[in-house]
Amino acid sequence: MKTIQVATTINGDSAEFVCGHDETLLDALRNRLGLTGAKEGCGTGDCGACSVRLDDRLVCSCLVLAAEAEGARIDTIEGLAQGETLHPLQQSFIDLAALQCGICTPGILVAAKALLDRNPEPTDTEIRYWLAGNLCRCTGYDKIVRAVQDAAAKMRSA
Amino acid sequence: MALDSSSKRVFKVVGTRPPRPDGVDKVTGRALYGADVSAPGMLVGRILRSPHAHARIRAIDTTAAEALPGVKAVVTARDFARLEGDKIIDMGEDRTSLRDVRDNCLARDKALYDGHAVAAVAALTPEIARAALKLIAVDYEILPHVIDVDAAMRPDAPVVLAGRAHENVPGGMSPNVTNHSEFGHGDLEAGFAQADRIVERSFTTAATHQGYIEPHACLASVTGDGRADLWCCTQGQYNVRDICADLMGMQASQLRVTASEIGGGFGGKTVVFIEPVALLLARKSGRPVKIVMSREEVFRATGPTVSASIDVRIGMARDGRITAGEAVLRYSGGAFPCETVDMGAQAAFACYDLRAVRTLGWNVLTNRPKEAAYRAPGAPQAIYAVESVVDELCQGFGLDPLEVRLKNAARKGTKSSYGPTFEAIGLEATLEAAKAHPHYSAPLGPGQGRGLSAGFWFNFGGNTSVSLSVNTDGTVGITEGNPDIGGSRASISLMAAEELGIPYERVRTAIADTSSLGHNDVTDGSRVTFAVGLATIKAARDAKQKMCARAARIWGIDEEAVLWEDGAAKPSGPNAGDFPPMTLAEIAAVSFKTGGPIAGHNEAHADGAGVSFGVHICDVEVDRETGATKVLRYTVIQDAGKAVHPDYVEGQMQGGAVQGIGWALNEEYIYGEDGRLQNAGFLDYRVPVASDLPNIDTVILEIPNPGHPYGVRGVGETPIVPPLAALSNAVSRAIGQRMTRLPMSPPRVLEAINAGR
Amino acid sequence: MVAVTLWGSLRRFTGGEGQVEVEARNFKELLDRLAETYPGLKPQIDRGVSLALDGRIYREAWFTEIGPDSEVVLMPYMTGG
Repeated sequence: MKTIQVATTINGDSAEFVCGHDETLLDALRNRLGLTGAKEGCGTGDCGACSVRLDDRLVCSCLVLAAEAEGARIDTIEGLAQGETLHPLQQSFIDLAALQCGICTPGILVAAKALLDRNPEPTDTEIRYWLAGNLCRCTGYDKIVRAVQDAAAKMRSA
Repeated sequence: MALDSSSKRVFKVVGTRPPRPDGVDKVTGRALYGADVSAPGMLVGRILRSPHAHARIRAIDTTAAEALPGVKAVVTARDFARLEGDKIIDMGEDRTSLRDVRDNCLARDKALYDGHAVAAVAALTPEIARAALKLIAVDYEILPHVIDVDAAMRPDAPVVLAGRAHENVPGGMSPNVTNHSEFGHGDLEAGFAQADRIVERSFTTAATHQGYIEPHACLASVTGDGRADLWCCTQGQYNVRDICADLMGMQASQLRVTASEIGGGFGGKTVVFIEPVALLLARKSGRPVKIVMSREEVFRATGPTVSASIDVRIGMARDGRITAGEAVLRYSGGAFPCETVDMGAQAAFACYDLRAVRTLGWNVLTNRPKEAAYRAPGAPQAIYAVESVVDELCQGFGLDPLEVRLKNAARKGTKSSYGPTFEAIGLEATLEAAKAHPHYSAPLGPGQGRGLSAGFWFNFGGNTSVSLSVNTDGTVGITEGNPDIGGSRASISLMAAEELGIPYERVRTAIADTSSLGHNDVTDGSRVTFAVGLATIKAARDAKQKMCARAARIWGIDEEAVLWEDGAAKPSGPNAGDFPPMTLAEIAAVSFKTGGPIAGHNEAHADGAGVSFGVHICDVEVDRETGATKVLRYTVIQDAGKAVHPDYVEGQMQGGAVQGIGWALNEEYIYGEDGRLQNAGFLDYRVPVASDLPNIDTVILEIPNPGHPYGVRGVGETPIVPPLAALSNAVSRAIGQRMTRLPMSPPRVLEAINAGR
Repeated sequence: MVAVTLWGSLRRFTGGEGQVEVEARNFKELLDRLAETYPGLKPQIDRGVSLALDGRIYREAWFTEIGPDSEVVLMPYMTGG
């Protein structure tokens, strides 16, 4: 099968990879670039565990072709912290126990970051609707909503 | 081990909410789950599954697949080791036949459900593996199938498996009936004769899936000298090892199983599906093989709950006293025998102090995937039916459902509906807390309804090994063997820190592979914080004794004259001498000079887990045009014995409640006439999403478990039990029609509304 | 003698008795005596049972001692998720 060469930017670093013409961005991230933070929970865009940002747009990377990364900017969970310093969302998720098994956490953090970039002071309802595409089966979402609010408040006062 | 006699003990560390040790890994994407590991030269494994609900497998021709370039191995059921006889194995859910486990991993003579695995390939790439599956020719003889539990009990129903009925099943029934049980006590008819009103209702509940977000995944590597390594997401690496070793004809000691981080389990990862198949492929190809299930495979071929059909009859006196209760439970655990109905039949009336009670349980085979455990397996269905009828009786008499439950509540000294007399239990306190909660007295708007339900689960202990090492820098490492699903590493570290008298930050808990620590039962039965905690406390006490002995030698006094207090050894008693205390760090620093490394350990079978009760209050609003139910407010009240890390106790209560809400409102396995599953994906099998829900309020009560030194009870399973009836009672009250089928999806609610018009 | 309460469906194998008495000092002896005296119970005992002693449930504990006044209830092998 013919492969495609892709030049892209991932978490601020330029990156190149080859992929199949029908390969998803999720598979390329995980299998070709070793970035396994995005998870495949369904492969059909229903669970949000593979959420990444493509030129700031929040996408399910299982529904994006790897070749679409050409010339684009991809942001994944691996780029959320600055070195040792966690992003306020990451810190709030730990402090407020907003994760149990943690498999949905990378996708939820990426999605929550996209929300706070657009809306730094969301209501609980806005958080719940924004995150409606990210399934969590452990927490019942309560502590997730609280953690996003906690991080948003800290970011506003920073 | 009994509750520490100093019952007014003041905890220093236990009960605090420190960050979990795996937190940073999990928020940065660093944590490695089942599908996140690779090995050099690794092949891709894929599984061919039956498209038929029930079919005899006449032949499987794999020659074309094997000839495809890039295919390195093809396996079928014939590749498993010959089993000399059968044996019963413990798989979290119930005691399962090893043959059944094998035949579920790869079908032998018959495909028993849509999605049943029949063959597997290992190839260089996913594309080649997919192409190879299409080249495998399976000669099926399609057989009539049966999906519904009541239909499968009829004498003329298609027979899923013959000859599998236990001796407890009376003669003359369909061969699909494999297990029967009866529980209870007292004179039922005398009890009903005392009733002022008797309500009898039939209920059904759909099969639901655990819905863990991480599909099953594993990586297997087998070497030519009979050794193997398996990396997988599982709730119990030791059971995976023992089962796989048997199926492969290997020695358990030569198979090392490492549990990855686990992306949810809820009971569904207590079993094996792909792990033995990956090992077969790895052995046959001589290369590492990774298998990752798709979401569709997870739905079609891994464990849903039982589907159930239940009749309940309860008699009540005008003053709200329940005079008699009876339930008949018909559960189907899918295509292989299981005994989950025993648990349901025991749990059905466990919340009540009854003079006359009887439950009958029947397990029935159907052409559905084999059931796997799901949080308190068997109990939610049974308690849903009972709590619905209790609610209807309360409505009929105009009585407060909380007062009625308090009047009839099981308490210490009650002869339980399943036999034993209860020790100290927390139901009454939980009901009182519900009554006092502002939620219970808050006003309801028009078209809204409030539902209440109590719930119960047994909780278990089980086989446990823990090793605790005292490092020379004064820190402590704990090695335990139970995969951490919901923060257990934090709670184990907390208990060790409490016992040793050192800060939580100095303790790290790691989970061992099967070669590094003695056996541990599966992470199930709400057992980990209880049983691993118990073993950790004992291991810490073992280490403390050894540290006291070292201090005694250093001071030149008797060991008996040294005691451990506030993280240090201290001389004690009149003749002990006057020495300054030696801290754990000070003793550890010189340990190599005083006799060598210091470690504590404990291996035991933990019993005395202590049953747990919860009460849920739920407000809903039903849209009378669409039948859609909106959950407005939800409160969970539960007895945790002692909440070691309250955040994660709340997390269990909230998560379990929301799974129960999904079960009540939306989730179900939907089969077509052809016996195929029609909704094998998250789009059509709808689990609750964030926008469906309100916050889930929690109240933790602490009625100490007499069977644990800190009073800990398991908390993980009970929270899924009450939501089914809490929702059903709320919806029934909101629409003025009694709901008797789960899920209460909008079309069903609409149907009920229209029936009442 | 220890009085053992059986669950209902086992009465078929004890001549209708819901409670039977056997000579036993611990669970192992109790299960052995039950299986000897009532061979119909053996398949269930072999598949697995739990025992409740004074309200506390035990799964695998052969050598748990039983006092003369203990409440002993035989239960199916208990499982969880």
